[in-house]
Formats: sequence, structure tokens, C-alpha cells
Amino acid sequence: MHELSIALSILDVAEEEMENHAGVRVDAIHVRLGPLSGVVKEALVSAYELAREQTPFAGARLVFEDVPIVIFCPKCQSERSVHSLQDFRCAVCDSPATDVLRGRELELAALELEE
Amino acid sequence: MSTGPRIVEVRKNVLKHNDEVARALRQRFEQAGIFVVSLVSSPGSGKTAFLEKTLTLLKQSGQNPAAITGDLATNNDASRLARSQAPVKQITTGTLCHLEAAMVEKAMEGWNLADFNFLFIENVGNLVCPSSYDLGEALRVVLLSVTEGEDKPLKYPTIFNSADLAIVTKIDLAEAVEFDRAAARANINSVRPGMPILELSSKTGAGMEYWMNLLATRSKP
Repeated sequence: MHELSIALSILDVAEEEMENHAGVRVDAIHVRLGPLSGVVKEALVSAYELAREQTPFAGARLVFEDVPIVIFCPKCQSERSVHSLQDFRCAVCDSPATDVLRGRELELAALELEE
Repeated sequence: MSTGPRIVEVRKNVLKHNDEVARALRQRFEQAGIFVVSLVSSPGSGKTAFLEKTLTLLKQSGQNPAAITGDLATNNDASRLARSQAPVKQITTGTLCHLEAAMVEKAMEGWNLADFNFLFIENVGNLVCPSSYDLGEALRVVLLSVTEGEDKPLKYPTIFNSADLAIVTKIDLAEAVEFDRAAARANINSVRPGMPILELSSKTGAGMEYWMNLLATRSKP
């Protein structure tokens, strides 16, 4: 359960960003999350709700943008998805997937500010 | 009148602070000529026994290894590892279930990196949390003991997918616990195709020579 650390890191990055927008309220924090990030979404939501209390982000929702796993398949010579985390092969030709292009993301994508 | 929300793009890694510290560590390790290996596994998979054996063999062959070991509450691991005569630092994480780069950086204080050519970082026993945190290592090793069952890789694909090498430990017990070696290999290969797999026993020493050779080869600049 490292989601509390992650939640605190989200707030740190958000706070840093808000130095450029002093006095503005944040309505939502958008996070891009890949299946290989090692983060459990539900656990992160609970941890975040705890971590945001008593901070300038107490009213800010957490909004997720899911990033699917994308690999480069050497046989197809193209970007592909995989069967699953447990079956890490090209979804089209079944070649072993070793070159992960996307899916590890744990990124603060954007802040939604009040009008 | 509202015109809809105002969105400010940020696009920054949530763990950017850890990534920055890890990058700086990696640079320091490279400059000092140290090959850094991190070990991840579930509790009880034999990380410490494996590390003790590794440190002892490296010392015997004239190498200069050091180790940093993470544990929630005790110094037991450091005491065991110190028997190898290699310098060891313990990080007690309290309730934190993983090591972060800054903790490694702090643990190294007082060490002259030029004195070492190998550093081993033993993470807290946990197959979930450590996968997100870069520690500046050159090689991440995931350990799986034969007593845990062949399907561990399928249950924890993320950490296996983040590793560079898998080591099956306690192989001397394989027959006694009816461990299916082929199934374990197939499962590891299924979550992380092409990852090299070593089978060894810290107790009997089986497979350790291969591991030593691998360290010697991989640590060459």
C-alpha cells in the first residue's frame, strides 16, 4: 500500500504548479495512469481523499485518464496492444512483447481551475 | 456565465522527485564505477540469505561489495549481512512498504563510493509497491522461491515486468514442495518475455557460480 505516498506526491506536484496561479481554486486534478504504473486506482482514490484534507486541494476531485499498454511489435513493425498483463504478447501476431512504449504512466496530466 | 472549466496542462511525472534523485544516483554510481543491483521479492523468499552468500563470494574473490537493506522494523537483515564482512547499512522504513531513491541517497552518507565496485540494495519484502520507484540501480532482480508457487508471476505481473532478471531461489527444495520448474519459467516468460531466469540455492550454492559470472559480465563497463 504505497498509494498514500503517491497521493502526497500528486499534491506536491500540483502545489508546485499552482505557484503560477496564486489564489485560484483547483476543481480537479487529472492523472494519467497506465496498467504498469504499479498503482491501484481504488486505493489511490481513498489515499488521496485522506491526503487532500487541510490542503488547498481539499475540494479538488481526482480524475483518471487511463493509458492502455502500447508496445512496438518487431514482427508487425507497428504499435500494438498486448493480450493482457499475464500474457504479454502482441495482440495481433502473438510475438513476445519486449518494447513497451506506453502503459507505465503515472503522470499529473492537468489541473482544472475554477473560472 | 460559466464557459466551462479552465484546464492547465501539466504533464509531469507524479514521482518526478524520486526520478530526479534516482537519475543523480545513477550518474554517481556510473562515475564511481559501481555496479548497482536491487533485489525485490515477497517476504521470506530468501533475499537476505541470497545476498549474504553473494557478498561473501564477492569478498572471497577480491571484489569490494557493499549493501543497503530495507526493512519495516528490525536490524536483523543488516546483522546477518554484516557476517560477510562487507559494509552494510540498514534502512528502517517504519510503515513504508518500499524504498525510495532519497532513502538510498541518505543511507550512503559517510561512504566513499570509490571504495566499492558493487552495491546491492535489498528492498522491503513486497511484490507491489517497489515497482514504481527507480532507485538508480543498473539491474533489478526479482526473486521467487520455490515454496511460493509457480503462479506468483501471474499474480504480480507489474513487478516482474519491471525487472531485468528473475531468480528462482531455494531450488534445493523444489522436489520436496513439488515445484513445477517448467511452469514457473513459462509464467515468468509470459509476463516478461525474454527475461533471463536463474535457478539457485543459497544454501547448497547450486547456481551461484553462474550468478557470479553474470555479475562479472554485466558489471564490465
